[in-house]
Amino acid sequence: MSQTQEQIEANRRRYEELRAAGQELAPKGLPEPTALDGAPIAPDAVIHREHVPAGWYATIRLRRGEALRITDESGRSSVCLIGWREEDTSERINCADTVKVQWSAAVGKGRVILSDMGRVFLSVIEDTSGAHDLLVGGSTPASVLAAFGVPGRNTQENFLAAASKIGLDVRDIPPCVTFFAPVTLDEAGRFRWREGRKRPGDFVDLRAEMNLILVASNCPHPLDPARPAATGPVTLIKHRAATATAEDACRTSSPEANRAFAFTDRLFI
Amino acid sequence: MSNAEISDAAYICDIPAERPWSRVLRKGQTLRIIDSEGQQAVDALLYCADDKSERYSSQDTLRVQGAAYIDLGTRLISNRGRVMARVTADTCGRHDTSAGCCSCESNAVRFGEPTKYQHACRENFILELSKHGLTKRDIVSNLNFFMNVPIDPSGNFTVVDGISAPGNYVDVTADMDVLFVISNCPQVNNPCNGFNPTPIRVVVRDAPGL
Repeated sequence: MSQTQEQIEANRRRYEELRAAGQELAPKGLPEPTALDGAPIAPDAVIHREHVPAGWYATIRLRRGEALRITDESGRSSVCLIGWREEDTSERINCADTVKVQWSAAVGKGRVILSDMGRVFLSVIEDTSGAHDLLVGGSTPASVLAAFGVPGRNTQENFLAAASKIGLDVRDIPPCVTFFAPVTLDEAGRFRWREGRKRPGDFVDLRAEMNLILVASNCPHPLDPARPAATGPVTLIKHRAATATAEDACRTSSPEANRAFAFTDRLFI
Repeated sequence: MSNAEISDAAYICDIPAERPWSRVLRKGQTLRIIDSEGQQAVDALLYCADDKSERYSSQDTLRVQGAAYIDLGTRLISNRGRVMARVTADTCGRHDTSAGCCSCESNAVRFGEPTKYQHACRENFILELSKHGLTKRDIVSNLNFFMNVPIDPSGNFTVVDGISAPGNYVDVTADMDVLFVISNCPQVNNPCNGFNPTPIRVVVRDAPGL
């Protein structure tokens, strides 16, 4: 319906205020990256530990308040992640909303990853790396063939296999986030790989804000120039984390995140 | 568009502001999307007509292209790695495929809870897809024609004023039979539609684009 000049001007003013808050104020309040030897997990908080070999995938169920630590042991791996809300798998991770709502394609400590229903899917509560990818996605049969010269294991087929084992199929597979994938853009909009941004032992802690089924695929990122040497095992540690309080750094990182947390909390009232 | 091009058309439709549309494009047909009044975002999804589990994939499209924006020559890639269609003409020069579509739920997060009760692209997509046996589950990260979303090297990601002038168009030529679904974006809370949604026109021609 046609908007009046007054409505247009009011909506533009609000948009500019939100943009300034999201891009100028919010980043200043984000916590520093976690130190490589920081954030130890108490032994009695560990629920499960698993090593995923290069090329393989794992399916992890997290209850609200549990967290997943993903560690790139060799400094050569990248881990693609997708997932669904356990009680209604039509709700799933949404990379587009994640970047749009936070005004940034950068993922790091203090940021959140959203579902497609305006709720917080995962909170990034620890992160040593800050070099992750929401835009380009994982490897495919064609991208592996082009890079290796022979067919090989890839994220697209890993996601299909994992989804099928929980009763889902190709229709349920959304775009993925890739951890330990230092992708950036140049001024012309071409994707670039930032060398020197990967270290052995880099890890992220992802806290579930609702009950989730996650799939992690340990395959080289399609832009990683080190392929096929870009392989190594990753460690997954499922552990108990504290539920997000009112002062939680991810919750308070922006007005948008605060609202998304509030909408998520309503699932559990 | 000249009269000659209109007489060439196999199909013409004016899509009112805020409304959805869909049609099967046969292989080789070209869909022209015309931003009739300028600065109007057009959200779009493509499905393989013969097997709708094969659909447009934004990440596969960007990976194959190696660059973040959609423009002349971009091949639109499916989740099976096949070329579904390609951009064969473009008088605007800047289109997005990273920002997804607006939804009631994401509007509430971005702009405050009252905006939950405003019409949104996902409502359009759900209703239009239902005509083809598809559901919310089938909505993937879409194309946003005429939407200007620069991403800077720091990661800053901003929907800014559209650069499309009245009459600017983009041509998409089908490499396979595709179900093409559009939501003429109803968003009034950001500049993608100049804060005022307007009609668009779609034209289908049998000849491939130039």
